[in-house]
Amino acid sequence: MNSKLNQTVLSTAALFCSGVSFAGTGAVADEFKWMTFAVFGVIIAITMAITFWAARTTHTTSEFYAAGRSVSGIQNGWAIAGDYLSAASFLGIAGLISLYGYDGFMYSVGWLVAYITVLLVIAEPCRNIGKYTMGDILAFRNDPKKTKVVAALSTITVSTFYLTAQMVGGGVLIKTLIGIDYETSVIGVGILMLSYVVFGGMKATTWVQITKAVLLVTASLILVFLVWSPYGFSLPAYLQAVVGDEKVIAQVTKLLGDSATGMSKEELGQRFLEPGLFLKNPIDQISLGLALVLGTAGMPHILMRFFTVPTAQAARTSVIWAMGIIGGFYVLTLFLGTGAAMLVGSAKIASVDAGGNMAGPLLAQYLGGGENSLLGNFFLAFVAAVAFATIVAVVAGLVLAAASAMAHDIYVGVIRGDHATPKEQVVAARVSSVIVGVIAITVGILAKGQNVAHLVALAFAVAASSNLPAVFLTLYWKKCNTTGIIAGMIVGSLTAIGLVLLSPNMTYPKAVITSAKKVLEGEPLQAAKDAQPAKPASSFACELFALEGCVASAPAKPASPEKAAKPGAADKLAKLNEKQQTLVTSLETLATDPVALKTAQDDLAKVKKDIAATEKAKTKAEDDMKKFEGQTTSLMGLEKPWFLLKNPGLISIPLGFLMVILGSLFTRDKRAEDMWDELYVRQNTGINAEAASVH
Amino acid sequence: MSNPNINWAAIDTNPKFQALHRKKLFFLWGLMIFSIIYYFMLPIGAAYFQDLFKIKVWGVVNVGLLFALSEFVVAWTIAFVYSRKANREFDSMTQEIVNELNSGSMK
Repeated sequence: MNSKLNQTVLSTAALFCSGVSFAGTGAVADEFKWMTFAVFGVIIAITMAITFWAARTTHTTSEFYAAGRSVSGIQNGWAIAGDYLSAASFLGIAGLISLYGYDGFMYSVGWLVAYITVLLVIAEPCRNIGKYTMGDILAFRNDPKKTKVVAALSTITVSTFYLTAQMVGGGVLIKTLIGIDYETSVIGVGILMLSYVVFGGMKATTWVQITKAVLLVTASLILVFLVWSPYGFSLPAYLQAVVGDEKVIAQVTKLLGDSATGMSKEELGQRFLEPGLFLKNPIDQISLGLALVLGTAGMPHILMRFFTVPTAQAARTSVIWAMGIIGGFYVLTLFLGTGAAMLVGSAKIASVDAGGNMAGPLLAQYLGGGENSLLGNFFLAFVAAVAFATIVAVVAGLVLAAASAMAHDIYVGVIRGDHATPKEQVVAARVSSVIVGVIAITVGILAKGQNVAHLVALAFAVAASSNLPAVFLTLYWKKCNTTGIIAGMIVGSLTAIGLVLLSPNMTYPKAVITSAKKVLEGEPLQAAKDAQPAKPASSFACELFALEGCVASAPAKPASPEKAAKPGAADKLAKLNEKQQTLVTSLETLATDPVALKTAQDDLAKVKKDIAATEKAKTKAEDDMKKFEGQTTSLMGLEKPWFLLKNPGLISIPLGFLMVILGSLFTRDKRAEDMWDELYVRQNTGINAEAASVH
Repeated sequence: MSNPNINWAAIDTNPKFQALHRKKLFFLWGLMIFSIIYYFMLPIGAAYFQDLFKIKVWGVVNVGLLFALSEFVVAWTIAFVYSRKANREFDSMTQEIVNELNSGSMK
C-alpha cells in the first residue's frame, strides 16, 4: 500500500488531527483576532442564553434526557444534522475534495446513505419502544440487568472513542485557526459543553445543535453562492474552470508522480474529477462503507435523539429532514472543496494543514477579499466560529449519551434496581455528565499529539458490530434473547477493537524509522523500472490478513525513469544555504537590471521556502528517530500490520450478527419469548409508548 | 413495563396487524436492499469500472460524478417514497388497530 496514504488514515478525523503540522500561530492574523473573538463571543452568548432558558424547564428525568419528548420532527431533524455534521465532515470532507477531487466527494456519500438504515429500521421502532437509552430497548425483552450493563459499556466505549477524536480534533482546530493553546482550547470546549448539558440537559443540547446546524448551512450556502455565481450557476461551466486551473493541474501532477508524464494539461485537470487519487483499496472502502451504513444506526447519541420527539411519526419526519440537510450539505461541500482547490490552491491549503482541513476557512477568507482585507478576515472568523460551535454541539450530544448510559442504565437500572426516586435520578444524570465531561477533558489533554484519527472510524465500526446487531435483532427476530445479545455485543466490539490494534492505523516504528532515515541520509540512485500491472492477492484472505505464504496485492505501477540519488537533509540544507548566499550576493550586482533583479528575488524567496521546509522535515525525522529509537514493534508487538484493512467492519459486523444468532439459537430465555408479542406490536403501533410530558 | 390489560398475543394474531406487518416487511426490505446495492455500486464502480466512470457526458462532467450525485438523489427518493407510503398507508392501518383495541374488541 502507498505509504503516504497509510499515514493519512482513511477516516475523516484523520483529516483534521493526524500527523498535522501547523504553521505559525493560527490562520487568523493577530490584527484580526479581535474579530474572531467577537464572533466567538456572540455565539457563546447565544448558546448560554439557550441554556439559561432550557434550564428553567429541565427538572425531571424525561426533561433531562429527552427534552420532555416535546421536540418537533423538524426541530429534531435540524438537531440530528447538528449532532452528526462534526468538524470532521464540515472541514474534513471539503478538505479531502480540495486535495483529491472526486475521491473526496465519493467519500461523503456513505455518511448520507447511512440514514436510510436509520429511517427504515431504527427510528420509529426505537421511539415506540425506548425510554432514554439504547439499554432500555434491549432490556425490554431481555434480562434487564445483564443487557443494561453490556449496553451501557458499549455506549460508553463508542462515545469515548468518538469523544476523544472530537476533543483532540477540536483542540488542534482551534489552535490552527486562532492560535489558542491546545490545553486551553480543550478545557474551554469541555467547560462550555458541560454547562449546556448539566444545566440545560437535552433541551439545551438540542437547541445548541439546531443553532449550529443553521449557522453551518448558512455559512456554506453563502460561500457556495460566491464560488458558483460567476459561472451563472452552471455545473459544467464551473467544473470546466476548476479542471482548467493551473493550481489544480499542479496538484494532480504532484499526486500522480511518475504517471503524470505524457499526460496533457487537459487530461491532468480532468483527472481531478476521476476516481483513484486518494482511495486506493476498494475492499477497505467497502469495509468502511458497511461500518458507516450500519454504524450510524447504532450510534448512541443518534439513537437518543429519537426519544426527544412525541411520536413515531415525528421521528420519521426528523430523519427525512436530517437527510435533506445532511445530504444537501455534502453536495455543497463539492463546491467548497473544488472552489478552494481552484481559488486558494491545494499547495497553500496543505501548507497550513496537511489534511486539508483549512480548505473551507481559507476559501472563506479568499472570497471575502483575501488575507489582508477586513471582510475576508470577518468571513474567516465566522467560519472559525461555526467550526467551534460544531465541536461543542457534537461533544455535548456525546456526553449526554454516555452520561445517560452511566446514570440511567448502570446506576438507576442495575445498582438501584429501578427504585431510585425521580429526584435521585436527575441528580445521578447531572453527576454522570460531570464525570463524563471531566474524563473527556482529561483524555483530550492526555491524547495531545496522538494520532486519534482512526477513533472515529473505530467508533462507527464498534457501533455497527455491537449495537446494531443487538438492537436490530431484538426488534425484528423472535428467537433473539439475552445470551445472544451479550455474546454478540462483546464479540462484535472486541473484534472491531482488536482488529484495529493489528491494522495499519497503528504506528509501526520500523516504517517510521525507515522513512526518517530516508530524509536524513538521502536515497540512493534508483534504476529505471518498467510498468507493472496490478497484482491481485493470492487469495481473498490474503487481501485481509498478512498470513503465511500470502502474496499481497499490489496496485498497478507506471514505468518510472531512472531517479537520481537524493541527498540527505544535512547535505541538502548545506547546498540550499550556499545557493542562498550566492543569490544574496548577486542581488547587489543586479541592482541596475530590474528584470534580472526580480527573477533573483523570486529565486531567493523560493530557496528560503525550501530551506524552511527541509529544516522542518529534518527536525521531524530527528524527533521520530529519537522517539522510536530501539523500538521495532508496534503497541501490539507487531513489526508490520497483520490485519491489512484500516476498517474492521467487513469482519467484525458479520461476526457480531453471527454471535447474536448463535447465542440465541443455543439457549432458551422465557422472558424474551414471552415479551416478543408485546414488543413486536408496540414497535409497530406505538401503543403504550412513552408519552410527551405536558407543561 | 408490560401492561396486563392488553392482550398482546391477540393483537399479534389480528388479521389487520398481520396485514400491516406483511406490507411493511416487503416494503422496508425491498427499499433497504435496493439502497445498499445502489450504494456499494459507487466504490465498486470507482475501483473496477474506471473507464466507464471517466466518460464525459456533460461538458467536463463525467459518468462517475453524475453517479455520485445520483446517490444523493436516490437516497432522498427512498426517504420520500417511504414517508409517503408510511404517512398514507401504514399510519392509517396502525390507527385502525389502535381504535379496535380502544373499542374493546381485542381485550
